[in-house]
Amino acid sequence: MPRKLPQLNQDNSSFWQEGKQGCLMIHHCSSCQQYFHPPAPICLHCLSEDVGPKKVSGKGSVASFTINYQKWQPDLDVPFVIAIIELAEQAGLRFVSNVIDINPDDVFIDMPVTVTFEQHEDIWLPLFRKEA
Amino acid sequence: MFNNKNKAKTVAITGVGQSEVGRPSSKTAMQLTLDACKKALDDAGLTRDDIDGIACWPGDNNNGDAFSPIGPSALISTLGLKVNWYGAGYEGPGPLAGIINGAMAIDAGLCNHVLVFRTITEASKRQTDKTSSALTNKTVGRDSSFSWQWYTPFNVMSGINLMAMYAQRHFHEFKTTSEQLGQIPVTCRNNANLNPNAVFKDKKMTLDDYLESRFISTPLRLLDCDVHCDASTVVILSRADIAKDMRNTPIHIESMGAALNQPWSWDQISLTGMATQDAANMMWKGTDLTPSDVGTAQLYDGFSILTLMWMESLGFCGLGEGGAFIEGGHRIARDGIIPINTNGGQLSGGRTHGLGYVHEACTQLWGRAGERQVKDHQVSIAAAGGGPLAGCLLLSRDL
Repeated sequence: MPRKLPQLNQDNSSFWQEGKQGCLMIHHCSSCQQYFHPPAPICLHCLSEDVGPKKVSGKGSVASFTINYQKWQPDLDVPFVIAIIELAEQAGLRFVSNVIDINPDDVFIDMPVTVTFEQHEDIWLPLFRKEA
Repeated sequence: MFNNKNKAKTVAITGVGQSEVGRPSSKTAMQLTLDACKKALDDAGLTRDDIDGIACWPGDNNNGDAFSPIGPSALISTLGLKVNWYGAGYEGPGPLAGIINGAMAIDAGLCNHVLVFRTITEASKRQTDKTSSALTNKTVGRDSSFSWQWYTPFNVMSGINLMAMYAQRHFHEFKTTSEQLGQIPVTCRNNANLNPNAVFKDKKMTLDDYLESRFISTPLRLLDCDVHCDASTVVILSRADIAKDMRNTPIHIESMGAALNQPWSWDQISLTGMATQDAANMMWKGTDLTPSDVGTAQLYDGFSILTLMWMESLGFCGLGEGGAFIEGGHRIARDGIIPINTNGGQLSGGRTHGLGYVHEACTQLWGRAGERQVKDHQVSIAAAGGGPLAGCLLLSRDL
């Protein structure tokens, strides 16, 4: 499927590119020991600037999802699943992604998932599969 | 401030006006805007020389976009206005931000009469380009937006994908059902059938029609989405001490909600509370009135799930109780406990996008709603937005 790709910068490149090494990187604060997202030069929780990307397990669960049926563009393959994934590392640590390689009707809230990466140009999109 | 209940109420609504609501309209965006301005000025008993402020949300992005083709600069120039203050911009507490900003301008002593407007021409645009409002079209080339870059790479093309995930979570946590949610579009359609200016004034809808409509993004269906239109709506705000001697009985802005106590994000916020909860909490802090005083609630229905969440946030029912509250539809009907979206809302009246709710709240408060008029009341709510966008107004008519 075609993808609109993000513009890279110093804050977001670890999230969008470290999948090349098979790593999901989420910004972490060394001061309060909490993760935060989206990545930024300062900790959302404690305002420490002692922050940086840290590898996470890539495991999580589906906090919510939707099966998109509308063909918004002619080259879009439908249906497909958009989901909010909550990572195993921290309650509330989540981002939007896709759940792939599954019958959309089989996706459910709290379903355990594992990250997988799909390369588009110089971006490795973190997508998720149902945990085996 | 407006969320201090001891503060004098310094701003009143003194006139409203709305153009035809076309799907599409043959009129230009500016003509629709001028039609609404003329009606509102006549309604308030003012002339252009009285208007010393202009506010709008989101204003013109300098690209003629159908989402907001006319901004304050165009209207000031076209009407030959001489203003003390004008303002617009997307980054505010939702589609009612123009009212909120205009009220602040009056309260700050900058203006006596602020004309607030909202023009939209998405119906005519869709005749030539159905993808014009895709989120992926907000940026050229790679997505450089602070916010949207976290969604568009995953083919989130429309706001409905995000709203659908709020709905799915609500269904999961609170056992809300499609049969319950469908009461919102059905109620709006019943109301639109009595509104001569509604897009769907002549078309009926049953709950079965709703349940048979196709999925756009589960659990949301085509009939959970508002209907594009070409229209302009104008609300005139006036200094309260001037308003008391004007043509209409003043409708005071009793309190406003504009708070955002969460990130400006569609996925880092409470999935079942959104910013609607922040805005509603702030609004109720500014008044001694309570939900039981409210005669009609004009609640954002860009997607039906947002109306349900506004009902919970505003305290018409408890968090998670919205589905059961609207079941059967009788509580939200025109003769119910809390009539909603009495003009058909955006789901069936037309996506006038924000000010339509204020227009209808005032129309009902002034007793001008004709066949769809609800019983006499003094207090109304207009609320708009979803996700991180939320603003609400508590309006009260003088006796």
